[in-house]
Amino acid sequence: MSQTTYSAQLFATCLVDAIRPAAGLATLRLLERLGVKVIVPSGQTCCGQPAFNSGCLADARAMARYTIDLLEKSPVPIVVPSGSCGDMIVHRYRELLADELAYASKVERVAARTYELSQYLSDVLKVQDVGARCRRTITYHPSCHLLRGLGVRSAPSKLLDSITDARCVGLSGAEDCCGFGGTFAVKMGELSSGMLDRKLDAIVESGADTVVACDAGCLMHIESGLKRRGSNVAVRHLAEVLVESE
Amino acid sequence: MNSPSMSFQQRVSHALADGQLRIALDRTTERFTSNRVAGLASLPDADAVRDCARSIRLHTLSKLDDYLEQFEANVTSVGGQVHWASDAQEANEIVLDLARSRSVKRVVKSKSMVSEETELNQALISGGLDVVESDLGEYIIQLAGETPSHIIAPAVHKTREQVGQLLADKLGVPMTDDPVEMTATARSALRDVFLQSEMGISGVNFGVASTGSLAIVTNEGNASLTVTAPRIHVAMMGIERIVPTLDDLAVMLLVLARSATGQKLTVYTDLLTGPRRGDPDGPEELHVVLLDNGRSRLIGTEVSEVLACIRCGACLNACPVYQQIGGHAYGSVYSGPIGAVLTPSLDREGPWHVLPEASSLCGACREVCPVRIDIPRMLLALRAETVHSGKGNRWVRVGFWLYRIAATKPWLFRCGVSVVRQLTKMFFVNGWLLRLPSPLPSWTRSREFPVIASRTFSEEMRDREKGSGDE
Repeated sequence: MSQTTYSAQLFATCLVDAIRPAAGLATLRLLERLGVKVIVPSGQTCCGQPAFNSGCLADARAMARYTIDLLEKSPVPIVVPSGSCGDMIVHRYRELLADELAYASKVERVAARTYELSQYLSDVLKVQDVGARCRRTITYHPSCHLLRGLGVRSAPSKLLDSITDARCVGLSGAEDCCGFGGTFAVKMGELSSGMLDRKLDAIVESGADTVVACDAGCLMHIESGLKRRGSNVAVRHLAEVLVESE
Repeated sequence: MNSPSMSFQQRVSHALADGQLRIALDRTTERFTSNRVAGLASLPDADAVRDCARSIRLHTLSKLDDYLEQFEANVTSVGGQVHWASDAQEANEIVLDLARSRSVKRVVKSKSMVSEETELNQALISGGLDVVESDLGEYIIQLAGETPSHIIAPAVHKTREQVGQLLADKLGVPMTDDPVEMTATARSALRDVFLQSEMGISGVNFGVASTGSLAIVTNEGNASLTVTAPRIHVAMMGIERIVPTLDDLAVMLLVLARSATGQKLTVYTDLLTGPRRGDPDGPEELHVVLLDNGRSRLIGTEVSEVLACIRCGACLNACPVYQQIGGHAYGSVYSGPIGAVLTPSLDREGPWHVLPEASSLCGACREVCPVRIDIPRMLLALRAETVHSGKGNRWVRVGFWLYRIAATKPWLFRCGVSVVRQLTKMFFVNGWLLRLPSPLPSWTRSREFPVIASRTFSEEMRDREKGSGDE
């Protein structure tokens, strides 16, 4: 891996930037360790998903145009350590900017080279074992937009299975939503809490000491809930465990 | 039971506090969901069949006017009569007029969501008619004075223990929670109703344009009796429930029951073509009421795909919101994800713009839909319409406008993050926020509030750049 053959730009996303910078730093380290030359475009902010999901389309469009202009400058693949933001760029930008001719080809170009992290590792770098080592009992929560939006079902689990000394355990109702849904968690607090409770029960029942996901939104939600319960189950982004080497 | 005067949030709280409801919903939605998976697995290539079913539905909708005319002509040619109803009131008046002009006193019904939509029962009862529901679930909720809480399993909100108690109270039979005994009780009560009713009213799963046939599926055989024993059969259907040919019908039947209950076929599939003609079987008269009630207005809009729905209920069973609160909390005839699209689309003036908010957009509904309706996309379109029409929360709108200003100017975004970090620090204890201004308590009821990191990712990157520049 001494020779750099791959380049990528890292779009960290707003939640990783402000709430979970460790996930962004781990993604950067992981990619560099795998020989990828990583550019982190400066001036990146938010893909616009929160506004889009709340029906504020004019605002979402402004953020989408801004992000596309930012990411379009470099022709290299875009890696996003978050399934829902990746799905936003890959699928939703097209609908959102459907009436803007000036953006039609830009949207397609950016969408075609955007990958969620585990997708990039498995589909572009074609790695399964990244050489990680940690003594953890891990359960994996497949976040909804990664799973059903981008259709990434097995890549994260395979990467986790390949960690030396780690044990992966199943999660009952794994594919059920954690209840985050952006503003849904605040607007429909009771419903969201009910969904989170089921998820947290399953995490605790799994016997894992660490829960891993590939979306900063779900991680923030699950971590906030586990904290309230006083649970000592650790919450980690996929990249954070993949860079561990004890 | 929920009162219509309650707000959606109140109905949700009410439903979440109902332990019996949770038991009933857990039992049924889990069973339906796992049966569905097994049911579809029994098809050699379920994905291809679903694609085919979807293309049949979308094709039909794209030429709906042609197919409806063909359907009407063929129903008429086999001796039936088609009535067009532009809204619920018109549909009810058509049925009531038919009943009056033919001296009908007693009506037996099989399951029809369209008749729920038009509130037909109330109209008929006010018109002095006896109306008895013959679907077991519908019979139960009619006894209880309730409305259906699920498209295909109307009494899904009741546990079998509650049903046993209801039958004991209303019919004076001994209390039991044995489904077989309870079914026998209802069966013997209904037998006379079938024989004595002059009019049978049914729903329609599909109308076949090329033959004028009506397909009705049930597990109890009650529709077969409803549409043949009384001398008049009135079939009620939405204008979108058309398939072009019998071959198309066969494809739809491959996915309908599998998606609904996991069965390969329902126990009974009735295919009715016209009233009795010379032969001794069947009703003397067949009337088909085609209800628009806002449907035709949806064609060509962002939510037109909702008309492809075949009412299997799979999206309700798969929805983590429906699983918690059931159908009544939605306050509308159609509940669950499809109801959250259909209800505000059909009734634009109603108080329904909150329904599309009741989703985390997890996509489980889209995943299970036999005709792959993109429900989340339409929920988003309806949310956008709410914002556009000014009905949404003004603070959310202002908040996202400010956020957008910041998110398109990186220096302002960084400043904003720092300001929020400073502001929130004042409220935090040990890194987790304890008290929050409204509406944020709805977050903190079960979750700590996350804090902005002491060093953001972009701050780390700037330092890294500086560091490498210094070297």
